Amino acid sequence: MKNRVVITGLGVVAPNGVGVAKFTEALKNGTSGITFHQQLKDLNFSCQIGGIPNISEALQSKYFTDLQLRGFNSSGILYGCIAGIDAWKDAGFNINAESELDADTGLIFGTGTSGVEKFREAIYKLDEGNVRRLGSTVVLQTMTSGVSAYLSGMLGLGNQVTTNSSACSTGTEALLMGLERIQHGKAKRMLVGSCSDHGPYVWGGFDAMRVMTYKHNDSPKEGSRPMSATASGFVPGSGAGALVLESLDSALKRGATIYAEVLGGAVNSGGQRQGGTLTAPNPTAVQHCIVKAMENSGVVAHDIDVINGHLTATSKDGLEVENWTKALHRKGNEFPYINSTKSLVGHCLAAAGAIECVASVIQLKKQFIAPNINCEDILPEIAALVHFEKIPQQKIETTFNTIIKASFGFGDVNACVVFKKFTL
Amino acid sequence: MENNELISKLKAIIKPYIQDEDAFKNLSEDTDFVKDLKINSANLVDIILDIEDEFDIRLENEDMEKMLDVKSAMAIVNTKLAG
Repeated sequence: MKNRVVITGLGVVAPNGVGVAKFTEALKNGTSGITFHQQLKDLNFSCQIGGIPNISEALQSKYFTDLQLRGFNSSGILYGCIAGIDAWKDAGFNINAESELDADTGLIFGTGTSGVEKFREAIYKLDEGNVRRLGSTVVLQTMTSGVSAYLSGMLGLGNQVTTNSSACSTGTEALLMGLERIQHGKAKRMLVGSCSDHGPYVWGGFDAMRVMTYKHNDSPKEGSRPMSATASGFVPGSGAGALVLESLDSALKRGATIYAEVLGGAVNSGGQRQGGTLTAPNPTAVQHCIVKAMENSGVVAHDIDVINGHLTATSKDGLEVENWTKALHRKGNEFPYINSTKSLVGHCLAAAGAIECVASVIQLKKQFIAPNINCEDILPEIAALVHFEKIPQQKIETTFNTIIKASFGFGDVNACVVFKKFTL
Repeated sequence: MENNELISKLKAIIKPYIQDEDAFKNLSEDTDFVKDLKINSANLVDIILDIEDEFDIRLENEDMEKMLDVKSAMAIVNTKLAG
C-alpha cells in the first residue's frame, strides 16, 4: 500500500511575481513578467526579451549571509534557495542553523546547468593562468547539485539530497521522484523543485537555434504567445519553484495546511524514435506518458478538469494539443480547460516544470483557472481540435477537482503529474 | 609595518569569514583561524586572496600551508613586504 502524498508548502520565484502571494495575483490578473533586456540587444541576440525575477539586494540578504554572498554569482542557486526556503517556512517549519538533523526529510532540486556566470568568471581567470585565484566557491556554484548543496545545508535535511536534470521536464520530474520516495516510505517529506539561471549564457544557445521569438523586442509583454496563430518562438525565462511534499500521515499529525494531493504521475522518453528527435517529441510517447500518469493516479480521462500544458509558443503547440486530445479521447466541447503558464513568465527552461507545478497547485487550491494571454488568435490547428472556450482568455472562477500538468524536454523526455483537491 | 597596523588590516580582512564573534573581539597574535575563529577551512583560500590584494603580494602554496593563525599570517606578510 503506497502512502498518500500531499503538498504542504509552496515557494516560487517567477518573472511575474516573487513569493506565492504575488505570483497568485499575477496568475489571476494575467500579468506578464516579460521585459526588454538591453544586454541581449548589446550582444546581438535576435530575441532581446526575457523573464527575470525581480530580487532586490535587501531580499537576498534575508536568505543569504554576507559570507554566502561574497563572490556569489549564480542566479539559479539564488532563485532556488529563495523558493525552497519559502516553501519550507510555508509548510510550517523554522530555519535554525543549530537544528537537529532531519533524517525524515530529503531534497530533490533540479536544474539544467548551474552558475554559468560564475563559470564564465572562472574561465577568464583560468585562461589567464590564474587558476590559483578562483576562490573557494567556484565548484559549489557551478556543480549541477549546487542548489541542493546550498539549500539542504540551510535547512539541515538528512534524507536523500540530490539534483536531477532532464531539460525542460526537470521540475516535474523532481516532483515525481520525491513523490515516489514518500509513497514507498523512504522519506516523510521531500522538498522538490527546480531552478534556472537567467541571462545570455543560458539563453544564447536557444537564440542560435532560432527557437526564440525575434518579433516582439518592442512589445515584450506580447512576446510569449502559446497556442496563438502568431506564435513565433518561445521567450526565455528563469526562476525557481519549490514544493514541500509530505506523507498524509505526517501532514495530519502536524496539523499542516494541505494545498492539494499528488495522486501520481509518469515519466518516460520517446527514445528519439517515431518522429522524436533530440529536440522534438515522439507523439506516441507523449500520449503514453499522459495515459500512464492517469493510470498511476487512479483517474480516468473524464476526471480531468484542467490541463496545465507545456505549450511553449514554438511550432510544437499544435502537436501537443493533438496529443492531449488523443491521450484523453476528448476534444471540442468535451475537452478540459487548458492553459499555459508560459504566456505570463516565458519558458523558464529547467525551472519551468516546478514553477508551473506551483501555478497548477495554486489554481487548484484557490479554485480558479488562470488566463492565457496573447492567444486571442488561436492557432487554427488547435481551434479545429478544441472549443475556444476551453482556452480561457480571462480568469475563470469555478469549482474543480483535478488538474494535470505535463512537461517535455530536449532529449525527448516527458513528465506528467496529476494533482487533486484534497479531501480526506 | 607596525604590528598594530598590520593586525588591524588583517582583522578587517578576516572579519567576513569568522564564525565566532567573541574570539574575534579578543583577537590576538595567538588566535587560530580555524580553531578559535571557527573559519570554514575552505575559506582560508579566500583570505589568502584578500591578503594578496590588500598588500599587493603573492602568496605561494607553502605560505598558505603555514598561515594557520594571526602570528604566522603577520610573519609571512612581513617577510613578503620586506622581500
